[in-house]
Amino acid sequence: MSAQIQPRSTQAIELKGVNKWFGTFHVLKNIDLSVGLGEKVVICGPSGSGKSTVVRCINRLEEHQEGTIRVDGVELTNDPKSVAAIRSEVGMVFQQFNLFPHLTVLENLTLGPIKARGMTRSEAEARAMHYLERVHIPEQARKRPGQLSGGQQQRVAIARSLCMEPKVLLFDEPTSALDPEMISEVLDVMVTLAEEGMTMVVVTHEMGFARKVADQMVFMDAGEIVEQGSPEEFFGAPRSPRCQKFLSQILQH
Amino acid sequence: MKKLLLLALPILALSGCSSSSTWGWYVINPMTPGGWINIKFLISGMGDTILISVIAAVLSIVVGLVVALPGLSKKRGWRLVNRVYVEFIRSIPLLPMLFWVFYGLPIIFREMGLNIPIDPFWGAVITLALSDSAFTAEIYRAGIQSIAKGQTEAAQTIGLNYLQTMRYVILPQAIRRILPPLANQFIYIVKMSAFASVIGMQELTRRANELVVTEYRPLEIYTLLILEYLVLVLIISAGVRWLERRMGSDERG
Repeated sequence: MSAQIQPRSTQAIELKGVNKWFGTFHVLKNIDLSVGLGEKVVICGPSGSGKSTVVRCINRLEEHQEGTIRVDGVELTNDPKSVAAIRSEVGMVFQQFNLFPHLTVLENLTLGPIKARGMTRSEAEARAMHYLERVHIPEQARKRPGQLSGGQQQRVAIARSLCMEPKVLLFDEPTSALDPEMISEVLDVMVTLAEEGMTMVVVTHEMGFARKVADQMVFMDAGEIVEQGSPEEFFGAPRSPRCQKFLSQILQH
Repeated sequence: MKKLLLLALPILALSGCSSSSTWGWYVINPMTPGGWINIKFLISGMGDTILISVIAAVLSIVVGLVVALPGLSKKRGWRLVNRVYVEFIRSIPLLPMLFWVFYGLPIIFREMGLNIPIDPFWGAVITLALSDSAFTAEIYRAGIQSIAKGQTEAAQTIGLNYLQTMRYVILPQAIRRILPPLANQFIYIVKMSAFASVIGMQELTRRANELVVTEYRPLEIYTLLILEYLVLVLIISAGVRWLERRMGSDERG
């Protein structure tokens, strides 16, 4: 399933000439990126390279100042309607989980479906239990996030975004805040999602995961996309010296 | 109430000298008919003091939130509205504001052709609520800002709008941090309600003043007045501690 040759209409996400500044600091420089429907894109790069910012621009947690961002054909503008339309198609998983600590796991999962989608409680709970089973923790439904391990919390967070049944899932360093022994339980869930055809944009340093699921690798440094290509090209023969250096650093152990 | 007074009286009596003419506890001695009538007269101001304080506090809690929210906006204009209100209102001493509301505001109403009389009760309530709302607004702002930004972002990604995010995610968490300083403000309102006496409201302080004029026993009567406020404030403190404990146990689920 090669993304580059898919027709334009099936592009899930399209960024063209996106620029962004934090004050005078140029965080994103002319970012072009297309993600086809069902495609998995892994973004990596040194810290401060702007990879999280790219992902956060896609659902308007950050505002871009130049260029266009389209999700499922809808252009992201300042119009609250376009923002709402795009957010309803895009789920997000955060590094710090960002579960709601005052609610139970089940309430975390049903809040969006009930309040934003107008589902009844019983419908929403049935859906929530379905996705909790998908991430292998239905037995934790009545607990609060604080009573769960980091890995369990992140799986709840994944289930929470799945409950909104998004077309695209964004992951912003989903395993970076986890203890090493918990990383694989989260990655396993993500691999399953990938195999089932979810469109995913993942910011991560987990190169084993990237090799396994990525259709497209993106390497960013200093706000630019430096290298972009299939995992085979990317890991086998990185062209730019910056990317070679980065890969040798993170793969050396 | 009677018990407490009986406890306090011997201590005060012993600290002075029972035979000296400078002491005259008979004026509030519940064992004598005259003293009991005086005590009843003084304590019957309790109702108005409580009513003024509670209504003013409720208004201040509502107005304070409405004033606080624009202060948290990303837009400068909204923040300015919040700043101007807070800085202006909190710079006005309570007594001048009370005079302005009680004597001045009716004139404005008359000029506008409105027939809205302001009696001492509502004059006191409006003044206390207005003056306190600037402080409540700052308490809300600090409390809401103390909730991690990731909570708002997570709420946005599951499709909640601004009001839903506040109502279901931010305020339930912030309330635990807002409640103790809010209780402080309530105690402040109860004490400041004494100013209502100068516009003729027959609450606790006014009644004490009136009795002092006829009985000529300021030390004894004002001592009782202070004890009345002490009892009120102790009750509020106990109530708040109970509420905090209840919410604390709720958090741990």
